[in-house]
Amino acid sequence: MKLQVSNSPHVRDDVTTPSIMRDVVIALMPATIYSGYMFGLRAILMVMVSATSCLLFEYMSRKIMKRNNTLYDMSALVTGILLALNMPATLPFYMLVLAALFAIVVVKQFFGGLGNNFVNPAIAARIFLVISFPEYMSTWTLRSGAFDFFDSLRGADLVSSATPLASMNTLHASGSIGHIIDNKDALPSLFAMFIGERAGSIGEVSILALLIGAAYLLARKVITPAIPASYLGSFILLVLLFGHTPIYGVLSSNTFSWSLLGEAFYEPLYMLCSGGIVLGAFFMATDYVTSPLTNKGRVLFGIGCGILTFLIRYYANMPGGVSFAIILMNILTPHIDRVTMKKPFGGLAHERR
Amino acid sequence: MAAVHAFRGGVHPKHNKNTDVLPSIRLNDFQEVEILLHQHIGPPCRSVVKPGDYVYVGTLVGAADHPMAVPIHSSVSGTVREVHYVVSPTGNPIEAVRIESDAKFRVDPAISPPHVETKQDFLDMVRASGLVGLGGAAFPTHIKLNPPKGKDPDILLINAAECEPYITSDYRQMSEHPDEIVDGILEIMHWLNIPKAIIGFEDNKPLVHRIFTHELAKRVYKTGTKQPIEVRSLKAIYPQGAEKMLIYSLTKRRVPPGKLPHDVGVLVLNVSTVRFLGFHMRNGIPLTRRRITLDGSALNTPGNFNVPIGARIKDLIEAAGGTREEPQKIIMGGAMMGVALDRIDCGIIKANNAILVFGSNEAKIPAESPCIRCGRCVAVCPMGLMPTGIDVSTRSRDVEGLEFFHVMDCIECGCCTYSCPSKRFLTQSIKNGKVLVRAELTRRANEKKLLEESDKIASGKEAPSESN
Repeated sequence: MKLQVSNSPHVRDDVTTPSIMRDVVIALMPATIYSGYMFGLRAILMVMVSATSCLLFEYMSRKIMKRNNTLYDMSALVTGILLALNMPATLPFYMLVLAALFAIVVVKQFFGGLGNNFVNPAIAARIFLVISFPEYMSTWTLRSGAFDFFDSLRGADLVSSATPLASMNTLHASGSIGHIIDNKDALPSLFAMFIGERAGSIGEVSILALLIGAAYLLARKVITPAIPASYLGSFILLVLLFGHTPIYGVLSSNTFSWSLLGEAFYEPLYMLCSGGIVLGAFFMATDYVTSPLTNKGRVLFGIGCGILTFLIRYYANMPGGVSFAIILMNILTPHIDRVTMKKPFGGLAHERR
Repeated sequence: MAAVHAFRGGVHPKHNKNTDVLPSIRLNDFQEVEILLHQHIGPPCRSVVKPGDYVYVGTLVGAADHPMAVPIHSSVSGTVREVHYVVSPTGNPIEAVRIESDAKFRVDPAISPPHVETKQDFLDMVRASGLVGLGGAAFPTHIKLNPPKGKDPDILLINAAECEPYITSDYRQMSEHPDEIVDGILEIMHWLNIPKAIIGFEDNKPLVHRIFTHELAKRVYKTGTKQPIEVRSLKAIYPQGAEKMLIYSLTKRRVPPGKLPHDVGVLVLNVSTVRFLGFHMRNGIPLTRRRITLDGSALNTPGNFNVPIGARIKDLIEAAGGTREEPQKIIMGGAMMGVALDRIDCGIIKANNAILVFGSNEAKIPAESPCIRCGRCVAVCPMGLMPTGIDVSTRSRDVEGLEFFHVMDCIECGCCTYSCPSKRFLTQSIKNGKVLVRAELTRRANEKKLLEESDKIASGKEAPSESN
């Protein structure tokens, strides 16, 4: 009789790395499908090109480095989808392939592959494009006219349009607190933004689709609420206190009424529904490899992301606030891990009496 | 009463308590038994029989010379065939007594119910009975019952959690002998002067509560006084039955790393341990048999069996109904903490609560993939450690890193490995890390000693003498 010997435990949980990655892919599907609706078939094509090239680069770089094939863990697929979802609908395909090359080969495989990259590959690649091709990375569009298959595939039916963030900044530049509150009609409505009727990166526009995916991830316990809650929470708080229409400014500008309080919360909600903050908070900042291990650390990480996003959006006048915020916090992650180490049950060794 | 879940972390492996409703079956059909002479934590016993001797059930075969050692008795009546060295289940050479059974199970005529008058009598009796912790650790019970001065426990906890998957031997013990369990508890409370006892069980065994409330009610009826024994339900989460976790769940007292339960005024005993005590007080028969769960996909008839200690595992599997497929993995103990055996001709020992016989499906060892830093191991660790950090430190032989991550505090429960999506052998890594740290500590101590000696020589206080 030949018996197998291994160390305990002899039973394992069903969750595996591929099953986690599969869950993330499933969670990204609503946003991907919506992008096809909002920006036409070119958006879907972008996701496919990006995913395929990421898988291809992963396979090739492992092959060239004579290391084992890691396609089965599906992490390259997740990177590929996220990468495309972070791009404007008019981005030339060769740039997308270039970004995939940067994400997989430079950011991920040069550092040892899955688990060893110190920044999120998709975000790093996005920043790479923002710096290399700023004009392409700041062209935002909406679909116009009747649906035509080939136009849709080529993106010929896309017309440029201002993003909600840009609209808000323009409005802010032209007047005071009261000016923004009084001219809300010049901005897209909160409901339209929530559904996703706005210009922006193809995957970031529909808050509803993203929240459906996020709920799936939370329900499957793939992510914990720590990072999204602290990220979005600290961001809302900062906008409330120090935004264009700070809460004390709104409340002191007129006699108090409940609708006035609603006005004070207009800007934080607007800011949440614009830009990539929801996509970032639920799908990018929660990337296991580049976020802290403990819940305490994750809260710190989220708050850091919130503060940086706020600072970049309000004081830096550049696109990609969420990307830069998350990548900066990625770099801080080892230090956060060190300061938020858990205390062993029963106290530390040197505290023993 | 709501179930208590107090410690942080923990995992939910499938309970697989397939055998909990099956009454234990007494197996006696063994031609020979092999009794290992080292079945407890502490120094081994000395053989006191020689080939050709006739022994009864309960005859001493291994004498305990050291105060930490516990005597070992024959579990069958028959003739000693051999006293020889065998390889223990964990791979160490160990002395063993091979006894051919005459299948009559004659009890040693010298055995009579114990007579206890003082606490010392009680402790001597416990030691002479051969009792060790039956939950799996095999710690000598007479040492546990005799804490250092000033650390007398004020509460007795009975560990009936049985949080390991598959194992139901404690549960059968409770279903079949609640009277002896309560007897055992009352004896300990009486002789050690402990005012209160709590029986803690996991809420996946709801009958336990009824069994003990019934048993305690019967005693109120008989004696007119209510015993200060409480039965408390705990949330079924592994490792609820780990000593430190159980103490915290039931009393909110934290045992610091490297300390023992008596440091926080608690005495914890396994439910099977106290049951044996109650049994022994009645008739004086030493620890020669135990209940053992046999389960796993390769077995024909899983169940609980009352078997003589020393019965060979392969005989046991045959006597219990045999296998229906070629076993791929045989585990001594539970699925979470048990030892995978590489041979099955060794005899079972006192602390052996289960033998799991896994077929090809359950025995699969998943392939390791890189850590994705998901933090699951950190979240589930009941000791609040960072297994992934320890893993990295062990693999890079970084002793300072291991100490930084408190590797020595690990209780090796296996939660981290269980939950790891990358299927890394974290627990194994931690065990290896402990070996590295111990080696480093020894090295440091030696180095310090050498330095001190050379300092002494250099300062001329103690010139090296040539006569030595």
